[in-house]
Amino acid sequence: MSQKLFTGTGYLTKLMVRQNRLKLLLWLVGLIAVTLATAVAYPDIYPDEQSRAAFVLTMENPAMIAMLGVGYEDYATIGSLFAHEMLLFTTIAVAIMNILLVGRSTRADEEDGRVELIRSLPVGRLAYLNGAAIVAVVTNVLVAVLIGTGILLLDIDGMAVQGAYLYGATLGATGLVFAGFTALFAQLAETSRGSTMLSFGTLIAAYLVRASGDVSSEALSLVSPLGWTVRTEVFVENHWWPVYVMLAVAVVLGLVAFYLNAIRDLESGFIPERAGKRSASVFLQTTMGLAFRLQRTNLIAWAIGIFLLSASFGAILGDLEVYFSDNEFVQAFLAEGDNSMMEQFIVLLMAIMALISTVPVVMTVLKLKSEENKHLTENYYSRAVSRSRVLGSYVCLSMIASFVMQALVATGLWSVGVMVVDDALAFDTTFASALVYLPAMWILIGLAVFFIGIAPKAASFTWLYVIFGFVVIYLGDILEFPEWLNNLSAFHHTPQIPTEDMDFMRVLILVGIAIVLTVIGFVGYNRRDIQG
Amino acid sequence: MPILKATGLTKRFGKFTALDGVDLELNKGEVYGFIGPNGAGKSTTIRILLGMLKATAGEAHIFGKDVWKDAVELHKKIAYVPGDVNLWPNLTGGEVIDLFMKMRGAKNQGKKEALMERFKFDPTKKSRTYSKGNRQKVALIAAFASNADLYILDEPTSGLDPLMERIFQECVQEAKDAGKSVLLSSHILSEVERLCDRVGIIREGKIIERGTLDELRHLTRTNLTIQTKELITNLEEFTGIHNLEKEGHNLSFQVDTEEMDAIIRHISQFGIVKLESAPPTLEDLFMRHYQGEERVSSEMGGLR
Repeated sequence: MSQKLFTGTGYLTKLMVRQNRLKLLLWLVGLIAVTLATAVAYPDIYPDEQSRAAFVLTMENPAMIAMLGVGYEDYATIGSLFAHEMLLFTTIAVAIMNILLVGRSTRADEEDGRVELIRSLPVGRLAYLNGAAIVAVVTNVLVAVLIGTGILLLDIDGMAVQGAYLYGATLGATGLVFAGFTALFAQLAETSRGSTMLSFGTLIAAYLVRASGDVSSEALSLVSPLGWTVRTEVFVENHWWPVYVMLAVAVVLGLVAFYLNAIRDLESGFIPERAGKRSASVFLQTTMGLAFRLQRTNLIAWAIGIFLLSASFGAILGDLEVYFSDNEFVQAFLAEGDNSMMEQFIVLLMAIMALISTVPVVMTVLKLKSEENKHLTENYYSRAVSRSRVLGSYVCLSMIASFVMQALVATGLWSVGVMVVDDALAFDTTFASALVYLPAMWILIGLAVFFIGIAPKAASFTWLYVIFGFVVIYLGDILEFPEWLNNLSAFHHTPQIPTEDMDFMRVLILVGIAIVLTVIGFVGYNRRDIQG
Repeated sequence: MPILKATGLTKRFGKFTALDGVDLELNKGEVYGFIGPNGAGKSTTIRILLGMLKATAGEAHIFGKDVWKDAVELHKKIAYVPGDVNLWPNLTGGEVIDLFMKMRGAKNQGKKEALMERFKFDPTKKSRTYSKGNRQKVALIAAFASNADLYILDEPTSGLDPLMERIFQECVQEAKDAGKSVLLSSHILSEVERLCDRVGIIREGKIIERGTLDELRHLTRTNLTIQTKELITNLEEFTGIHNLEKEGHNLSFQVDTEEMDAIIRHISQFGIVKLESAPPTLEDLFMRHYQGEERVSSEMGGLR
């Protein structure tokens, strides 16, 4: 009997590997490359006592503990610094990989009707889930072994055999826990979206429970799998118990998933899908309401992410100040300039945050192109809705998004910064330094509209320009770009408040360019064929 | 006075000519069948009429207005149902129907509810879970719940079950009775036969045949099944006989309408026991053009 439930697992596993091989390869290469590249860089980032002392100071801040987990008692080795900064976030990446992988091979395949086809063949009822489980286990073992071996081979001081493999095993074991959760939710929820939402919800809850637990009470942290992750004290104490606990939890979750899979009907779930709305709200019935509704989840997620990121930058502002005031050399250096180190830091931060905010803003406009690709704009244009109206709604929405995102950057930085910095951060300066980037962001909106109207197939080139903006800010100085090359980036022309004064002329020119691009795009969009 | 008039519509995508001088006329209160094989240019024509594609040459007017320039104004009076309805996956069917009705302008909640009832449609599910037939129902309900003057339906029944297809046909009939006009592009020829007053057949971007069904029937052949007392002789001498099948005293064949008289005179000499005649179906008509195309291409193959 039990044998028959699993008949066909072998070739289904092969099929799943075949379907996912490119994704798996990219994930593995990405995870390994980022981990090893960062590990190599660490001895150079923290070469001496002083820099490590600054690191410790930063890490003792409650905001940092909430973000990265409880630190080590001492940071004598590079390994502890590396693990503290990297382990939790790499774990989250591995967890996301597992959620997407297992979600696709279980509920999503079932929803798309592929499992139905498979089940009509002489294949056991549990074979598909079993195949997905095998792929997940093999993938996570690969993550553990390859990352462990990779770190070992780098031969960095303070990263020995035990620690290296524990680091890898922690990643793999946490990954398996989330693979287990996803497999379970795939049985409970009726749709792939539902099961993915539940899985990501669990991941976010695990992170938040750990964050508040790490700041307030250890017991609370131990409820969360991510709380176990940061308690391995890898490279120093090398506790293996969290790995064993996680493996046990993964096995239990997996068994429950198998049991539920065996007793339920195909394409049904244990949590019934609740009925949706019978009719559309007044807001949804407006063109802009619809445009917003389609991207609501995405925009809210970006808004939260951007706020948290700037809030955490706000949290380290205080430590920056302490670090610099303790350091005579830096003080001597700063005395020569007119601006405080913190102001210069804020300028750089704002430039980077503005570019990050640009990503959801550009996504919002380009959504119209993907709607057209999916033949969804036909739904407007076969009815009494003009092209200018639809495009206008998307442009308006993305302009609102640009304002909201930048306001969140300023609010996040200011609200947390003001608590940790002694001479309070000025509210109006912070807002001005964030909002002054809006015209540059509008040029990106204009560029996207230009492409949508004139050369829709080339619309994704907008992203190249965004990436170019990042390159100029991050690497422009290092690579010694000539000034004309830097000048090609719209962001390069934004007045750097507070170290520079507001320059209305330059800002107005940026706005003018944005308007010209947008108008050309509108004209083109009204004249061309709708392709989808 | 036609409410829809297209003259010389031509559309080129790069070097490919999708439409090559299409003329189309639709009168008020008329149901016009637009048929042709896949890729013949039906949907391209319709997308030009809806102002989504701009014709390379030629022009089209609906209610006297230009389909490209006055698209938005025109669409207030037009309801369109595509053959492949694409919906936003995270909205419910009910939300999408409301949206579609709102986008056209006027709303008629009572009619919407009645149609959802008739089509047995559950509006509370997310669109991603709908089957093809259910997605089709969303567009049909939104179209028929609106007070359009012209319905443009592009293979609207694909994916519907026979019961729902029947309800669709009732809806078209009701629209016609209310004096509305319908442009119906369809693959289901029995549907076109039942509903349409006039038909246009498009092939390779050209209208190759047009007229009322009766007119078109004259161009084609009648199916005859005959039983005679004596064996018929000399039948081979007549032109206009096709697909002849002989089995003793029984024979069946198709006959060109213009040769019918001579052949019946000839056959009656042999003592007719049974004679069944069936009018040509639209399918015969369609197949004749379709096979004609194949014959031409095979002949050309022979020449090479």
